[in-house]
Amino acid sequence: MTGLDPLRLTARDAKRLLVDGEVSSAELTKVYLDQIAAVESKVRAYILVTTDNAAKYSTKVDREMQAMRGPLAGLPIAVKDNMVTEGVTTTCASRILHNYQPVYTATAVRQVWEDHVVMLGKTNLDEFAMGSSTENSAYQVTANPWDLSTVPGGSSGGSAAAVAAGEALWALGSDTGGSIRQPASLCGIVGLKPTYGAVSRYGLIAFASSLDQIGPLTRSVYDCALLLQHIVGRDPRDATSVDLPEPVALPSAERLDGLRVGVPAEYLSVGIEAGVRARFDETLARVEELGGTCVEISLPHTEYALPAYYIIAPAEASANLARFDGVRYGYRCADPEDLTDLYERTRGEGFGPEVKRRIMIGTYALSAGYYDAYYGRAQRVRTMVRRDFDAAFAGVDLIAAPTTPTVAFKAGSRTADPLAMYMSDICTIPANLAGLPAMSIPCGLSDGLPVGFQLIGPAFSENRMLEAAHALEQAIGFETAPTFRDTSTGSAAGWNPGGITYRPEDAQS
Amino acid sequence: MISEDDVRYVAKLARLRIEQDEAARMTGELASILAHIDKMSELDLADVPPTAHVLDVVNVTREDRERPSLPRDEALRNAPAVSDDCFRVPRMS
Repeated sequence: MTGLDPLRLTARDAKRLLVDGEVSSAELTKVYLDQIAAVESKVRAYILVTTDNAAKYSTKVDREMQAMRGPLAGLPIAVKDNMVTEGVTTTCASRILHNYQPVYTATAVRQVWEDHVVMLGKTNLDEFAMGSSTENSAYQVTANPWDLSTVPGGSSGGSAAAVAAGEALWALGSDTGGSIRQPASLCGIVGLKPTYGAVSRYGLIAFASSLDQIGPLTRSVYDCALLLQHIVGRDPRDATSVDLPEPVALPSAERLDGLRVGVPAEYLSVGIEAGVRARFDETLARVEELGGTCVEISLPHTEYALPAYYIIAPAEASANLARFDGVRYGYRCADPEDLTDLYERTRGEGFGPEVKRRIMIGTYALSAGYYDAYYGRAQRVRTMVRRDFDAAFAGVDLIAAPTTPTVAFKAGSRTADPLAMYMSDICTIPANLAGLPAMSIPCGLSDGLPVGFQLIGPAFSENRMLEAAHALEQAIGFETAPTFRDTSTGSAAGWNPGGITYRPEDAQS
Repeated sequence: MISEDDVRYVAKLARLRIEQDEAARMTGELASILAHIDKMSELDLADVPPTAHVLDVVNVTREDRERPSLPRDEALRNAPAVSDDCFRVPRMS
């Protein structure tokens, strides 16, 4: 069967076509592999496309349909390249893991593999998930399919761009300070960061362990819930994972009657672009049209969340990244003089500038004499941010805010100023600090680029959030697809931070 | 204010080789990031407990049961250098 439009097809519809026998998994997989062949040279969403595996496995699912029947069987997916996959090179977009062949598979990925999804490949990211534009990858800069001269956001920019460009039906990403929601917003798709602990972090290459969560990037809210259903749950291999108090339900709400939505004044005073603000206000009006009420609330410590995050995340990263030392796996420098030289040069040559910057901040903040002033203080600010949310949720069911202050920005425009780049996550970071579930849905365009509407809920309120997002999605009716236009004015086109220098090995079993 | 000497000292702690021009550039970048972070000092946090973990889960233990561990050849598979079933590293000095 042909005629499927990868820019518009949802997993829900693909699943129905599969179940009804109108399309085979091999045919469906080919739709995406063909789209990858057609647009990947412009988008560069994947670090590795596992073409042969995908073709073979989808055929196997078709052949053994009886044994492999399951809610996700035969549906193709893309996976962010910071989740380890046995037998498939996993680079974390870093030179230091250019040749890493994992000997096990991340729990969240294993869960969908056991449901017989077909993996299309591993998607690009900011190295070690540190960034907001996917420009920090050691391998390639991913372009936003809505305008190839702009960034897709980050760090899950490869996953978001792949879904938006029709190069994947849906994808897995990870979110430490907004890394699912911000790229989803910039690419005009749905992205959800679950409550901390809802999804196992086993096999997710650790960035900041107290903040990291894996979650779905999809074309619809229903798809988002469907994928979330299959990755949640307690995993004995991640002691911070927990079972949800209730299973994830597939949303169907059309109305928001009785729903109280809080709008934090502080999120609207951080330099929200006019076009973003306009779409946000229109969406609030829809909340009311659908029977909900919007009330202004205050989260007074919002302005301290970003400084606290930029201590806590780098501090945890500096400890987590100590394991990359050129001894057990990955890159090793040539001809080390002694063990210290091996460590220092391997890490100096293997890590990119942003990763080094964060290791430096983290090491500094944890070093003797500075711990109380930085890390200790940041942990206390984190408590204040949590208390703000607790107080707010005494009066409202959900909180609404723009996902990010601006639409997709030009590639290269923020790379010279780390702080300007960090500001991209000002609206998403507080939910990570408080461990709360949050998601972004597309709510319209500004200057032809997508705008995201963010919902934040109390811990484990995923179902409430998904129902509300579903009702809003139906009312908004966002159905526009990206055009792959390129508005670059010259120098920004194909901009590349350090030149595409290292290719990961294409080996896969 | 962070100095270039501080940057070199921290790089040493982090086992990170940084070049001359990198140290100079990084000093400026870290100074501006840390200046932003210093905003936290506006708050009186004396009576606020720190948050290390957002969920109310404590003492999570697993069943004390034997399970197979990673076989040695698997554990060594990605090693840049191996000898006698061990990770091989250059001499310490």
